[in-house]
Amino acid sequence: MLPMFFWAFVVGGIICVIGQLLFDVAKLTPAHTLSLLVVIGAVLDGLGLYEPLMDFAGAGATVPITSFGNSLVHGAMQEAEKHGIVGVVTGMFEVTSAGISAAIIFGFIGALVFRPKG
Amino acid sequence: MANQTNDNAAQKAYKQLQGKHETQRPVLKNCLRAFLVGGIICAIGQAVMYFYIYFFNFTEQTAGNPTTATMVFFALLLTGFGVYDRLAQFGGAGSAVPVTGFGNAVISAAIEHRSEGYVLGVGGNIFKLAGSVIVFGVFSAFVVALIKTIFIQLGG
Repeated sequence: MLPMFFWAFVVGGIICVIGQLLFDVAKLTPAHTLSLLVVIGAVLDGLGLYEPLMDFAGAGATVPITSFGNSLVHGAMQEAEKHGIVGVVTGMFEVTSAGISAAIIFGFIGALVFRPKG
Repeated sequence: MANQTNDNAAQKAYKQLQGKHETQRPVLKNCLRAFLVGGIICAIGQAVMYFYIYFFNFTEQTAGNPTTATMVFFALLLTGFGVYDRLAQFGGAGSAVPVTGFGNAVISAAIEHRSEGYVLGVGGNIFKLAGSVIVFGVFSAFVVALIKTIFIQLGG
């Protein structure tokens, strides 16, 4: 269990450092950086490389935004196995639903409860 | 034509001036901070994941989903109380890259635009910052999955 925390910390940290380098060295805006990381996640899953990383680093691979691209591809591929090419569209959000739903639900609750600062 | 070359020269001069006065970004320090903050957020995510595995019968593979939702909930609390802004100032990409950063982008947009009303303000702007992540994520996933499916169906 403890090694898992360690690897989650290290791998998650490294992915964030890649993001920071894209900020500072490549001078990308946060929106460009995050979009790029999501695309990288999707491509890595397409190549079958993200799953082993998740087994190895646990939350270190599932918490960074790259896992969003990975789970989009995953959902699409799950349905595609059953329904062919149509499944690519119908299954897209199958796995990612939690993150997007949570963001919308909590975002709306936040708007009801909190007031803008400054 | 002469005007254009003039403009170009002016632009060049401006760029040089800008370069001289731009503060050098402390890349190494920023990277260390991003590593620290991002790593800690992922370690917390790991703790949440174990929580779901031991108490709600999720497996190592499926525990990622409720973990994501929980992390977004944490982001709501931290954003609402103004803590996430400070964390972002310190951690840079370390706070933006984890899914809490995605949650923060959605939630802060929702809170910020509530004065414009719930439909046009909150509803219309909730994905103002995070929308590009969803658009490019979905489209790239579509292309990747399409290629993979065609590959498999052709007998790969």
